[in-house]
Amino acid sequence: MANNVHAQATSTAVLDVPVIAPGHDFETVTEAVAQIPLAKRTPLGWVFGFLIGFTLLMGLQMALGKLVVTGIGIWGNNVPVGWAFDIINFVWWIGIGHAGTLISAILLLFRQSWRTSINRFAEAMTLFAVACAAMFPLLHTGRPWLAAYWLFPYPNTMGLWPQFRSPLIWDVFAVSTYGTVSALFWYTGLVPDMATLRDRAKSPIAKKIYGMVALGWRGSARHWQRYEMAYLLLAGISTPLVLSVHSVVSFDFAVSVLPGWHATIFPPYFVAGAIYSGFAMVLTLAVPLRKFYGMEDFITMRHIHNMTKVMLVTGMIVAYGYANEAFFAWYSANPYEQFMMKNRMEGPYAVFYWSLIAINAGMIQLFWFRKVRDNVALLFVLSLFVNVGMWLERFIIIVTSLHRDFLPSSWDMYAPTRWDFGMFAGTIGLFLALFFLFVRFLPAIAIFEMRTIVPEAKLHPTAHKPGGGGPALAEHHG
Amino acid sequence: MSHAEAHAPTPTTAHAAAGELHGLMAEFDNPTALVEAANRARLAGYRQMDAYSPIPIEELGEALGLPKTRLPRLVLLGGILGGIGGFGLEAWTQMSAYPMNVGGRPYLSWPQFIPVTFETTVLGAALACFLGMWALNRLPMPYHPVFNVTAFDRASTDRFFLCIETGDTQFDRDGTRRFLESLHPVGVSDVAS
Repeated sequence: MANNVHAQATSTAVLDVPVIAPGHDFETVTEAVAQIPLAKRTPLGWVFGFLIGFTLLMGLQMALGKLVVTGIGIWGNNVPVGWAFDIINFVWWIGIGHAGTLISAILLLFRQSWRTSINRFAEAMTLFAVACAAMFPLLHTGRPWLAAYWLFPYPNTMGLWPQFRSPLIWDVFAVSTYGTVSALFWYTGLVPDMATLRDRAKSPIAKKIYGMVALGWRGSARHWQRYEMAYLLLAGISTPLVLSVHSVVSFDFAVSVLPGWHATIFPPYFVAGAIYSGFAMVLTLAVPLRKFYGMEDFITMRHIHNMTKVMLVTGMIVAYGYANEAFFAWYSANPYEQFMMKNRMEGPYAVFYWSLIAINAGMIQLFWFRKVRDNVALLFVLSLFVNVGMWLERFIIIVTSLHRDFLPSSWDMYAPTRWDFGMFAGTIGLFLALFFLFVRFLPAIAIFEMRTIVPEAKLHPTAHKPGGGGPALAEHHG
Repeated sequence: MSHAEAHAPTPTTAHAAAGELHGLMAEFDNPTALVEAANRARLAGYRQMDAYSPIPIEELGEALGLPKTRLPRLVLLGGILGGIGGFGLEAWTQMSAYPMNVGGRPYLSWPQFIPVTFETTVLGAALACFLGMWALNRLPMPYHPVFNVTAFDRASTDRFFLCIETGDTQFDRDGTRRFLESLHPVGVSDVAS
């Protein structure tokens, strides 16, 4: 096979911190990760965290119940701000998902061995974030039970078909494809680990369930060969996909004629923002995860440093996007564009604009300093700020362009209601609850990929010379 | 260890019918030994065999003489079908099934069909990749004879196995066992079918 996808960590010598702490072998990495889902006792901290998520999730139930019974009039959006929390939160969640695919696909193609210990839970994060995101536009239709024929092309008795010239339909295809491909990729990666859990589970029920999910995986060389090829191909397919998804999301805005939306910078600027906010969320999840489950050996300082550096780079691209927007508002000499920018900077929502600039262009400059990158607790706090900053960015893009458009007579202010906040908090609850369940029942770190980076996995050079291995083998056994 | 009987030089039960046996399996404790063993087995003329490992080992493909997988061609086909299907659906619905004049644009306004065509191409390729890989691997398959070997529980953690199957023309219960034992395995086990 031409590509050993799970490249071994040969380049660690040039870097100061390894991607896995020394002293680990096949058994220790397997045990360290597999014991979490296989443990009989659920840690109290887990129960506490899950309950927070579950409580918010119940709030989501309530918000959705009220919404479906009453209609979207319970939200704050109305003419002229027809899009508000529903699209802000949609873009925010979808963006968060992007880091998972970047880590699992793009870093795989670049043979970044440090991705190995963070890809599994980052991909899980992607799936849960997409689930949260998809809810918003669907419910924004007001009658989601009719959305099937509004969104998906299928032969129906009314003879209706979706309008394929609309960016909103592009969005449906982009997001549903993204969700599907992410799920396939994630499940493919899980199968060998499910076999490990099947073989290690003590409880017969757990053995059966993990056994079914493992599909009878037995680690055959023939299977591994196709598996590695499939994994590589899925990574290759996902790479343009992930770049396309946020580009298409940005088309929802860029294809319109509204000042502040109609800009060619949008696709790259949105993709960079997505990766930036996604890495912030990975950090938000990784820091407590490694602390609580003692995963410092696998999620090392090298990972923390690298994630911070990715945030710095993509954050700087986003900051460039802000500068670009301001420059072109001035350079276009278009009074509406100029007013849009002035309204953002000095209008009623200016405090949010300057907050997002302070976070996404100012605060991230701290990431240049090694002392900051070494301080895990501080990074956790900063990552939360980035999540907030990116949410504010979407708020500003969507609300400031809509609330004061071409006709001053139609200007109005937008304020979210408690149901807006309730639904947003509810999706955070859904995300947390799903993530806690994932950590409890599935391996949060890809076990088989961790096994490929321990020193034991390296082949002894005599393996290539058939017939000359006798003494070498004896040596190995000794 | 539960499979200690495999270590002892037990007299081989040569009278057992070959039909009850799937093959003979040697266990190794490191990937180098497995690749080495697979190489030697192939040089000794064995063809119908398989290796089992907890990690993907690139060198095993060559050692076992595995052919290249057809998967990439399937994925290409899936992508092409997805792309044609997506574009075809758009063209047909917008031109014939449900034509709608939007700002005087032509019915076949193909540049606006590209985003969806791209997504269906990706979807077709990804589905072909996922389904094709499992189909070519003949999975899901809940039962397989190798699971009858107690030691095989560790094939998903830290042990490496080479199984020479009874279907091989050179398979001989005693001879093959002697051959496998000459490879310095941790143990050799019968694999009941």
